[in-house]
Amino acid sequence: MGRVTRRVTETPRVLTLVLAVPDWPGHRAGQHVDVRLTADDGYQAQRSYSIASAPEDSPRVALTIERIDDGEVSPYLVDVLAEGDQLELRGPIGGYFVWDVDASGPLLLVAGGSGICPLMAMIRHRAARQSRVPTRLLYSSHSLEDVIYKHELDRLAGRGDGLEVIHTLTRSRPQGWSGYSRRIDREMLAEVGFAPEQRPLCMVCGPTPLVEAVANALVESGHPADRVKTERFGPTGG
Amino acid sequence: MDDAQLRLDGNAVAGKLREVFVDDMTSARCACGSCGAVAEIGSQHVYMYPLSPGAVLRCNTCQQVLMVLVHGGGRHRLSLQGLTWLEIPESVGA
Repeated sequence: MGRVTRRVTETPRVLTLVLAVPDWPGHRAGQHVDVRLTADDGYQAQRSYSIASAPEDSPRVALTIERIDDGEVSPYLVDVLAEGDQLELRGPIGGYFVWDVDASGPLLLVAGGSGICPLMAMIRHRAARQSRVPTRLLYSSHSLEDVIYKHELDRLAGRGDGLEVIHTLTRSRPQGWSGYSRRIDREMLAEVGFAPEQRPLCMVCGPTPLVEAVANALVESGHPADRVKTERFGPTGG
Repeated sequence: MDDAQLRLDGNAVAGKLREVFVDDMTSARCACGSCGAVAEIGSQHVYMYPLSPGAVLRCNTCQQVLMVLVHGGGRHRLSLQGLTWLEIPESVGA
C-alpha cells in the first residue's frame, strides 16, 4: 500500500501522485507498478503505471497519470484521490524496459506524450548518480502546454552534463517556435540521434503507432533490433 | 481502430506472469516454434484489453501465437503452444 503525500499538476490533463510506500523494495528505472482499485461491492479494476521517480528517491514513488476521460481508473486517481489516501500497488514489475547508469553506450530516449514517464525515471536516475553518459531525449507532444516535466527537463538539460532535450510539437506551436513541428520520422531521428556505429541503446515509449514507427525507422537506419527497446501504451481503457 | 493500435509489448503482461512465476519474466528469452526467432518476452507483441480474462503473446517476427494467459475461476492457465523453449535467467528482476 502507498499513501499519497503530494499531488503535482503537470499539465491540464496530467497529474503526478507522490506516494510514500514504507515497505517499498526499491526499483529500477523503467519499471512499472500495477494499481488496483476495489469498489465497495468487490469489483476490481487494475492498470499499469510507469514509475517516474528515480530509484534513489525510494521509498518515495512518483506515478504520473494522464486523465483518460472515459477511463475507469485514471479519472478516480486524478479527480478523487486526495493527499493522505491509500492506494493498493503491486510491484515493481518488469525487467526488460529498464536502464541503469552502468549500461554501456550512449542513450537515445524517444517519448510520445505520457510515454515520457518511464524515461523520466531514467533521466532522474542518471542525474542522481551524476552520470555523464551522452543522452538525448526526443520528445513528441501535441503542444508546449502538453509537455510533461518541462521545467525539470529544461533545468537538467542546462547542467551541461551530456543530456540534450529536443522537442517536437505536432499540433500547435507558440509564436516564434523554431523547433520541430511534425511527427517523429527517420530524418528527425538521424538528425537528433546517435549513429549506429556508436552503438546507442534506444528506449522508445509512447502510443503504439509512434513506438512502431520509431522502432522500425531506427532498425531500418542500421541500429540492431536488440538495441531498440520499446514500451507501447495501447488504448488500455485508462 | 486496426489491430496495430491494440498491440502492446510483453512488458504489459509482466504483472500477470508474476502471478505464475516467481521471477520477473519479461527479460526471459524464448524461441518461436513457428519461425525460430529468439527474443525476450518483453519485446514480443501482446494483445489484451482491461476487461479481458487474459492476454495473447505473439511472435514479434512472424506474428504466430506464442503463449496464452487466462485468469478466471480461481485459476491461472498458461498455454505455451507456440514456444520451442523458454529460458529464465537466475535471479532476474527486482
